Amino acid sequence: MLAKRIIPCLDVKDGRVVKGVNFVNLRDAGDPVEIAAAYEKEGADELTFLDITASHEKRDIILDVVAHTAEKVFMPLTVGGGVRTLEDIRNLLNAGADKVAINTAAVHDPEFVRTAAGRFGSQCIVVAIDAKRVVLETKAAESKLPWCDQHPDLFLTENEPEPIFEVFTHGGRNPTGIHAVRWARLMEIYGAGEVLVTSMDRDGTKKGYDLELNRFISESLTIPLIASGGAGTLEHLFEGIVQGKADAVLAASIFHFKEFTIGETKKYLKAKGVAVRL
Amino acid sequence: MIAVIDYGMGNLRSVQKALETVGARAILTHDPEEILNADSVVLPGVGAFKDCMANLKRLGLVDPVRASIESGKPFLGICLGLQLLFEESEEFGPVHGLGILPGKVVRFPEGCSETESGAPMKIPHMGWNSVEVKKKDPLFKVVPDHSYFYFVHSYYVIPEDPTMVATTTRYGVEFVSGIQHENIYAFQFHPEKSQTLGLSLLERFSRLN
Repeated sequence: MLAKRIIPCLDVKDGRVVKGVNFVNLRDAGDPVEIAAAYEKEGADELTFLDITASHEKRDIILDVVAHTAEKVFMPLTVGGGVRTLEDIRNLLNAGADKVAINTAAVHDPEFVRTAAGRFGSQCIVVAIDAKRVVLETKAAESKLPWCDQHPDLFLTENEPEPIFEVFTHGGRNPTGIHAVRWARLMEIYGAGEVLVTSMDRDGTKKGYDLELNRFISESLTIPLIASGGAGTLEHLFEGIVQGKADAVLAASIFHFKEFTIGETKKYLKAKGVAVRL
Repeated sequence: MIAVIDYGMGNLRSVQKALETVGARAILTHDPEEILNADSVVLPGVGAFKDCMANLKRLGLVDPVRASIESGKPFLGICLGLQLLFEESEEFGPVHGLGILPGKVVRFPEGCSETESGAPMKIPHMGWNSVEVKKKDPLFKVVPDHSYFYFVHSYYVIPEDPTMVATTTRYGVEFVSGIQHENIYAFQFHPEKSQTLGLSLLERFSRLN
């Protein structure tokens, strides 16, 4: 039986883990390699690094982090944040990443996903989708995306049935006018191997995943879905899997601050009938 | 020395590092001479079957791979490295493989379900799934039944000869996740991504010679 995956996510800035991680017995609580090794020991199924390095000059630091992690940790590693070109992908994969998450670059140019999947294989292309619930009181804004005429069906219309989920970029600041469920379907057709769906309404709130968002997208795809944004309790993870129909659940703070270990999480899920790897 | 064949397909560094972690000496190479001189050979690979096969041909590696297997040295195929050993794949095909083992590579059937809700299984088959050992080979002694390994693939092999089946896994269908035939070992899962158990399999393999 395929196990549901539990994926801790680390925000990495200039090669250091930010937002704090509260592990005991770490020599250096900001070192992504040490934290990755600690999560492996706890039984994490995969690991995701989100690179939030702002300055362009420091962008190569993540490659060193990935290389050092891949020498020590033998589980799948996904890296997202600032993946814009085929060269970015090649560099990350060569450094030892197994998958890359593409977000803004896919919205700017969907063909980028198709090209990347053709070049490197669907198995390593994760499309990250940041979505928000929106209410359309007036006519949807005209899209400024250069490719919008090619896929007019992706954009929100006046008669959209609720709830309406819109794709946002830049950490939820920029609306795109794109319908999140239809976008996910296009990304699957273009060769994404998996989608990582983050609810921008729930991210950081600890109120639980947006279950409708995840379920609508998961049920319309044949590729796996990772739910993200809002996990604050073990029950949230359970709901994400059972009601949100997620194949994997991603969380940050509940693991980082040792509210729950990965082992405790899996025991809880197993007791509730979810297939997990113990 | 173990030669990990580098033909531009996938995360080879992980395979090399995993072998080094279990105490083996491993080089990444596409030099036919180095492959032939190695004590054992690993053929990894992710991506599309057709591209992998094309790259092997372009780099002149088909004959060295075959010669290495025929010499009786331990050989390990991982993921596409398993599939490539067979005669043909239906992925963008049919496409011919190395044809060293009789059998073919097929896609998971659409719409299979194992849950009460009847939700279809997702393809690719991605994540940790359990493996049942079907063959008493010394290499698999370290693998208890129902052990989890990491998979990522949409196609699987159907070998003609059932005696080659070393492990099976269920995902909508029961498929062959491990092969053992004479000096050939091959896994559909990724031992280099399967934490302690994966490393112990690689350690056993590295000590075969």
